Amino acid sequence: MTELALHILDIAHNSIAAKATLIRIGVEADSQKNALRITIADDGCGMDADFLKRVADPFSTTRTTRRVGLGIPLFKAAAETAGGSFAIESAVGAGTTTSAVFRLDHIDRVPLGDLTETVAALIYEGQTAEIELTYIVDGRTYVFDTREIKAVLGGGITDAVTLTYLKDMLRENMTEINGGLEI
Amino acid sequence: MKTLEELQAIRDRMKGQMNNRAAADESDYRVVVGMATCGIAAGARNTLSALTQEIEQKRLENVVVSQTGCIGICKYEPIVEVFEQGKEKVTYIHVDAERARQIVAGHIINGKPITEYTYNYAVREEK
Repeated sequence: MTELALHILDIAHNSIAAKATLIRIGVEADSQKNALRITIADDGCGMDADFLKRVADPFSTTRTTRRVGLGIPLFKAAAETAGGSFAIESAVGAGTTTSAVFRLDHIDRVPLGDLTETVAALIYEGQTAEIELTYIVDGRTYVFDTREIKAVLGGGITDAVTLTYLKDMLRENMTEINGGLEI
Repeated sequence: MKTLEELQAIRDRMKGQMNNRAAADESDYRVVVGMATCGIAAGARNTLSALTQEIEQKRLENVVVSQTGCIGICKYEPIVEVFEQGKEKVTYIHVDAERARQIVAGHIINGKPITEYTYNYAVREEK
């Protein structure tokens, strides 16, 4: 994958497939610690201990079209290639949390990419799943929460004008939080 | 700075002119983008974005765009399937943003599928 935001989209699709009602995405960059942490946590159906043990193996998958599943192995490889680490926690009925840490300045760290388009694709797809994005760069925090947005607007995000505005808003806020740092 | 308050004001001003997304059962076309790992890695997010943008800009109210998992022919990703009421499904392959816009213009607006971009065409050519 050419963007970490694409990994986020891919992993969050697992959450939607697991019937999550809330997907919490965390992106935290810390230039002091030279670390970038990405977390995708959902309240979906979760996995049992046996499947969890095998889930980072490319030959584990729930899909029926073929016998390989590469989403999680690729995300894990992206973290480990960039001097980082990967973890996944899950329990049946309790949801799943996937997290990866990257060395921020590692030469092989894939750029974050277009997180706005990833969130937009998830809003478009997951009309039943709420999305909460917490974006932190060197302590500056921005939270984008579809529950809050829907409460303020008094309805769903179902028209083009609203989605386009929200995309611009997200982009603007994340650029400000970046404070000139390229992630 | 963009705010939710401003968005609310825009929505109030535009009340009645905003097109809500069509429901799947009341649309003439259903456009499905493959968004599994294979699709995403091949660029399906841009394809989806181009499709939704084009459909919104052209104010096409009879089209619904949705996402699906792996279609099973990963080497042809990004894949877009167009379902039209009462017709056979058309499977488009290697659909980047440009092809996505051409498919909206050609297939959905003008009603003529773009044969050269279809899976069936590619398979015939390979033989």
